[in-house]
Amino acid sequence: MARRRKDTEGRLERGPGAVIKVIIAILIAVYVLFPFYLVVINSAKTTADITANPISLNGVSFQQLGQNLLDVTTNTHFEFWSAFGTSVIITVVSLFLLALFGGMAAWVICRNNKTKWATVIYFVFIASMIIPFQVVMLPLIATFRDVGKFVGISMLQSIPGIVFAYCGFGGAMTVFILVGFIKGVPYDLEEAASIDGCPPEKIFFKIIFPLLKPVLTTVTILNGMWIWNDYLLPSMMLGQNGKVKTLPVAVQAFVGSYVKEWNMILAAAMLAIIPMIIVFLVAQKQIMKGMIEGAVKG
Amino acid sequence: MAVNSSSRRVISLACLFGGIALMVIALILDAMKSDAPFRGAFLVIGMIAILAGLFFFPTLKHHRTFVYVVFLFPLLFTFVVTVIIPLVLGIGYSFTDWDGIRLTKFVGFANYGKMFSQPSFIWSILLTVLFVAFNMVLVNLVAFLLALLCTSKLRGLGFFRAAYFLPNLIGGIVLGYIWQFIFANVVTNLTTALFDNRYSMLSESKTAFIAIIIVYIWQYAGYIMLIYITGLNTVPGEVLEAASIDGASPMQTLFKIKIPMIAPTITICTFLTLTSAFKQFDVNLALTNGTGSISNFLGEYLTNGTEMLALNIYNTAVINDNYSLGEAKAVLFFIILAVVSIVQVRISNKKEVEL
Repeated sequence: MARRRKDTEGRLERGPGAVIKVIIAILIAVYVLFPFYLVVINSAKTTADITANPISLNGVSFQQLGQNLLDVTTNTHFEFWSAFGTSVIITVVSLFLLALFGGMAAWVICRNNKTKWATVIYFVFIASMIIPFQVVMLPLIATFRDVGKFVGISMLQSIPGIVFAYCGFGGAMTVFILVGFIKGVPYDLEEAASIDGCPPEKIFFKIIFPLLKPVLTTVTILNGMWIWNDYLLPSMMLGQNGKVKTLPVAVQAFVGSYVKEWNMILAAAMLAIIPMIIVFLVAQKQIMKGMIEGAVKG
Repeated sequence: MAVNSSSRRVISLACLFGGIALMVIALILDAMKSDAPFRGAFLVIGMIAILAGLFFFPTLKHHRTFVYVVFLFPLLFTFVVTVIIPLVLGIGYSFTDWDGIRLTKFVGFANYGKMFSQPSFIWSILLTVLFVAFNMVLVNLVAFLLALLCTSKLRGLGFFRAAYFLPNLIGGIVLGYIWQFIFANVVTNLTTALFDNRYSMLSESKTAFIAIIIVYIWQYAGYIMLIYITGLNTVPGEVLEAASIDGASPMQTLFKIKIPMIAPTITICTFLTLTSAFKQFDVNLALTNGTGSISNFLGEYLTNGTEMLALNIYNTAVINDNYSLGEAKAVLFFIILAVVSIVQVRISNKKEVEL
């Protein structure tokens, strides 16, 4: 473990240098946050007011905001609530299954790390992380269509199909991070339980799985950000104008039908952003930590 | 124990036979091309029942092995079906005239030859290389400067860090449309005020390309900054103190101590920006959709002035309905990424040996 120096350690900087730094920091923050400000104010205006001046607060009213949000959520091209629900279900179920299946698989790989088959499986998982989605997406759709037709389960344009795909694509990174963690869990713990007659499945669920909590948080954050924001996979699998849509697919379809009505588009964008911002405000520390760990390990 | 074991055996055998029966029925129905809606459910329930049967199988000697198989199965199965099989098929399809549904013949390297005879594809490659090069330098530079700012001892740093990171939370599609609004409405007002010329950056290939870079830095720098902050925090305080006692200027500390000490972090961030810029798709699609005219490139008039590689693959296959050509391009895309990753691993391993 590398040593971490706390930022609050020692005295705060003072003098003109510090003032300049703070001013620079504020200016950058204004620049970074300015688009969010534009989204918020312009989704509370009429199109005419936006065209007149997109930066000023002229014409901003709660009434107009309510009107725009109502228009967007009741719009038949967007179907916000249905898309939102679909996104939530897909993300939550995929994250749960990835954590569970990933934990199970990583544990098995770790406990058999001296056998050839486990080494090969682990190596294939790691190597597969460089495979870009583009190279598998076209045959994937064909395979899913054929399999779906053969067994009678619709794999395309269905939530189970997309959850299945996310388990497959997220599996490699999940296993990689989890194996790195489980390697550090002392084996004595399991041996003791095993001698006491505890069967392996119980050892996993009662002893190992609870220990994985911190690393599962990291994995869930990384997978969650990816799945919630992902566009290409759902757009390929669900289709642009299919019955089932995730939020990014719905936004894309909506903008296509409302080319110049920026107040509606920005209101839609705001609705798509808000859930993420709320999650970030609640779990800011864990998210930033999880993103760092994922990058350094991946 | 005995009762437990015999009841386990009953459950196990019931599950096994039930599961096999269900799967066989389902597969027979499938093979007979039946449309019965329950055959899918039969197959899934049958599979789960077989797994459960194996799981409850009472012979203690093999129980551990069964548990391993059952635990490994779900992830491995989804992984093979979604990644391995399509990858193998895809590489195979790139040598055929596959149209997304059926293929009639093997065409050898014809698709590969065809893609390099398309000026629009060559343009996409060059544009992507340029985009990657710009971003590798700019994102890392901006992120590193932000990290330096955020590791100095100032008030309210937590807020600034979170604020700089915020854009990274938002998906490329939504973010692309927000910036399309900004470039089409806000920036045009700025150019009207400054040059008396209502000019949208997105209307011309060159400026639209710059626009994509701006958006990309805005989205990505905050994330890379976080990694640099972690790196900078591992530089021991005593070393910095010793340097300042010895009279090192802030610049000397930066170039002689901080940067050499975080070299591994710089490697990580460089490759992270490289691969992510290379795979850039969402912002490209939402911001310009690859449009933009190029009057003369290799003797052809192009309309895909801002189309990068990932978007070119998508458009070739999905929009223009040329699946085998798109797949061949995707295989090339994969090969480039694989080479980059191998180089990265080599470099990281070398660094570790040196340390």
